[in-house]
Amino acid sequence: MSTVQRNMSLTGEPPKTINTQQKIASAIGLIGLAVLFLAFFNLDFPNKPLWLTLSLVMIGTGIIWFSTAAYLNKHEGIKNDGVYFKSLSSRGFWAWILGIIVTLFYVVLYWFPQYLGLVQDGENKGIVALFDPLSKLLNGGPASQWFVYGTLYTVAILAFGIKFILKYRHNKYEKLRTFSVMFFQLGFAFLIPELMSRLNSDSFKLPYYDLKNIWPLNYYNFEQYRVDEFISAGDIGLGLLIFGVVSIFIITPILTYKYGKRWYCSWVCGCGGLAETAGDPFRHLSDKRQVAWKVERWVIHSVLVFVVLMTTAVIHSYLGDDSSKYWLTKDVFLISVAALLTLVFLGVWIFKREELQKDARIGSIAYFVIIIALIALHYTTGKTLFLFEAETLRQSYGFMIGAVFSGVIGVGFYPIFGSRVWCRFGCPMAAILGFQQRLFSRFRITTNGGQCISCGNCSTYCEMGIDVRAYAQKGENIVRSSCVGCGICSAVCPRGVLKLENGPLEKRIDSNEILLGNDLDLMSYVNK
Amino acid sequence: MEHIVIIGNGIAGVTAARHIRKISDKKITIISAETDHFFSRTALMYVYMGHMRWRDIEPYESWFWGKNRLELKKGYVEKVDTDNQTLHFKEGGSITYDKLILATGSVTSYYDWEGQDLKGVQGLVSKQDLEDLEKYAPNNKECPRAVIIGGGLIGVEMAEMLRTRNIEVTMLVREDAFWTGVLPKPEAEMISRHIISHGVDLRHNSELDKILADEKGHVRAIVTKTGEEIPCGVVGITTGVKPQISFLKNSKIETDKGILVNRLLETNIKNVYAIGDCAQQREAIGNRPPVEAVWYTGRMMGEALAQTICDKTFEYNPGNWFNSAKFFDIEYQTYGWVFSESRKKEYEAQFHWKCKSDLRCITISYKKESGEFLGINTFGIRMKHEVFDRWLNEKRSVDYVIQNLKQANFDPEFFKNYEKEIQAAYFNQSVTV
Repeated sequence: MSTVQRNMSLTGEPPKTINTQQKIASAIGLIGLAVLFLAFFNLDFPNKPLWLTLSLVMIGTGIIWFSTAAYLNKHEGIKNDGVYFKSLSSRGFWAWILGIIVTLFYVVLYWFPQYLGLVQDGENKGIVALFDPLSKLLNGGPASQWFVYGTLYTVAILAFGIKFILKYRHNKYEKLRTFSVMFFQLGFAFLIPELMSRLNSDSFKLPYYDLKNIWPLNYYNFEQYRVDEFISAGDIGLGLLIFGVVSIFIITPILTYKYGKRWYCSWVCGCGGLAETAGDPFRHLSDKRQVAWKVERWVIHSVLVFVVLMTTAVIHSYLGDDSSKYWLTKDVFLISVAALLTLVFLGVWIFKREELQKDARIGSIAYFVIIIALIALHYTTGKTLFLFEAETLRQSYGFMIGAVFSGVIGVGFYPIFGSRVWCRFGCPMAAILGFQQRLFSRFRITTNGGQCISCGNCSTYCEMGIDVRAYAQKGENIVRSSCVGCGICSAVCPRGVLKLENGPLEKRIDSNEILLGNDLDLMSYVNK
Repeated sequence: MEHIVIIGNGIAGVTAARHIRKISDKKITIISAETDHFFSRTALMYVYMGHMRWRDIEPYESWFWGKNRLELKKGYVEKVDTDNQTLHFKEGGSITYDKLILATGSVTSYYDWEGQDLKGVQGLVSKQDLEDLEKYAPNNKECPRAVIIGGGLIGVEMAEMLRTRNIEVTMLVREDAFWTGVLPKPEAEMISRHIISHGVDLRHNSELDKILADEKGHVRAIVTKTGEEIPCGVVGITTGVKPQISFLKNSKIETDKGILVNRLLETNIKNVYAIGDCAQQREAIGNRPPVEAVWYTGRMMGEALAQTICDKTFEYNPGNWFNSAKFFDIEYQTYGWVFSESRKKEYEAQFHWKCKSDLRCITISYKKESGEFLGINTFGIRMKHEVFDRWLNEKRSVDYVIQNLKQANFDPEFFKNYEKEIQAAYFNQSVTV
């Protein structure tokens, strides 16, 4: 129907309704959340370890029980009944309420941590104080707002990950993928860095390092204080620093070549992990219009250019001029960056020109010219790199991209714009991996001959807003830079048309209309 | 400029329009009384189930039509005057054409049951049907029970739709298992069990006698041939569809069940063509029925006709038969011909395999004498169209197909494979026979 029916209450008629067990589970989860709220309003809990445990366990139990009650009494299979009738998943009243609350949380987290109870020199208060015992247990020190955030983030990925696994329990690809994001979040993003910071002492200090968080997603990885810490921490630190460089320049290209960007975006990454678990109920809200795709390509590549400029400027700012002290000087660095960019650009231009669409070509030329021009500017003015102070660039990137885009808009607006807004429009890491996935990777989604019925489930449930159907109904492979390989298009397809595959590069992008059921003579005619 | 007018904006008409536009500059007008834009008819169910909104089942955004210079006209063609190459609209006005493509699709077929015109008695073919279902079966208070007449693809879709709103569903199926006119018995029985497991009151060997009204002219109950009265708020008529050709009654276009066409999809009148569900081949092609009401064949006819219209005369020459469906959670695909018991050829033998889960099975049919592979039905295991199409063209043996079954697998990565189990079952059987 043209008018979507919505109901403001969480219950109502099937399939909007939730059963009694789900209601009890929701209540338990909300009580757990209420403990955190009370702490936020400075209610001082007497036995903090007990109350924190109680709160987190109740939140987790609530989510998991809700899920078992929702899915286990039903057959294994696709569970999208009523998605567009429920207020929460169809931009209704509750979606806006949730969006506003999460957005406010991010605003407080990034800019007003004192309201969460963070005290710089002294005892924490409020919600941060509630997390002190857990922080002390793990890393030996008091909690910060980031520790609170990291813990809640991990709880969300674990609990909603179990929900996702129950929802897709008939699909082994989805189960393995979700185990993977849960593992990397718990181990690499949460436990390992916390435990690593236990090793720190007066004479030895490593920066907080989530090993799977790779530059440029981890845009601050090569900032001066971190590099100083890495270097001063001896072999281990140097190893980690080298690992950071190797990650983006060697490991990432190899894995993306073999498996597509999904190895990172939907199997490892923390942003992706949250989107795939807690964000799953909102995946269909991504904008599928072609105009959104156009905006996407401009915005995400602009962010990529921004992060490259910013990082270059920052590293440049703390390097020395004297090559006798250290081989990597300002000039050597700048020349290397320019050489690397030129190499990438020329390589693509020479070998992959036909595969790039027209605007991608225009875009890459424009960006290339900008970067070269800005570096040239440096030599003519001599004072600052790229017209701006490095510090200004760093701060504005951190504010606009690191906080506003990835956090406030990226997560806060889940219930409005869908779960992958950041990954699709903003993430510079996704831009690099996507660039490679489009041009130099074995990954593609194949289409099963003429079996597509153009129903639209694939496009609707694509969290990246790819119009999968547009390709499937023509029998074309889907090779899109934004595809994170979550596999849901293939799962929801009622006719078994889509399959995520790694295969040879030849004929990967075949824009001809292939076998749709007519005899081959006609198809060769059509394709002429 | 030559003016091509297409009546019907379904898959056949729109495919023809797209391909004509691809290779020519002709003026193209698409007429529909049903909707402004093309939508996927096979996806109607997902709107009622809340998986998608109406606009999600439209494959092209609204700018697509203008950009490709495909003129859209909403109106109901009441009269086709082939002498003057003019169409007259019910709403008034007319339009002339140089070439006319009839792609009007199907309507639900009724079998003169008493009470079939009551409110709440409907098929599930058009957008109107979807709106009616939303009106008469919005929830299980307004409509505690629905009865579905007929066990076919639309019947099972309707059952699935209604079950998502916890509406009780009784399904009357004339045969002793689901869709036995098409499926071999073991498959039909497995699907019957699956339908029942979804809470559907599936009654085999059961037929509709008449439909009873309440005082407001709305359906109140149905009576089966055995005299049982079943109260219900909606009656789904899913006993098949028939070509939508009533508007051609007084035209010179020759019709039978559908609009009669030759292999070039031409009707008896020059410059008038028919494609999709509404067309009827004068001579059946291979094992295909003369009227094929299938998404894929509509699309294929659209592709073929576009060439003919653009002066590259091309026969409609469908390749190997294929089709697909989904029965609640069980996906079904078929390639080549696997016949049900009633239609089985005397030369045909079949090999069945069923998974212990009762959710997967395959049937491979082959020639008794030569062992030539004829076709496969696969349930719960996705298989590759391209591979089976090739094997059928190459006339592979059934042994070859079984041995190489893995090549045809299209299930997602990491899914459990069943080829070994199937192979073991096949070769065991061969030894004992």
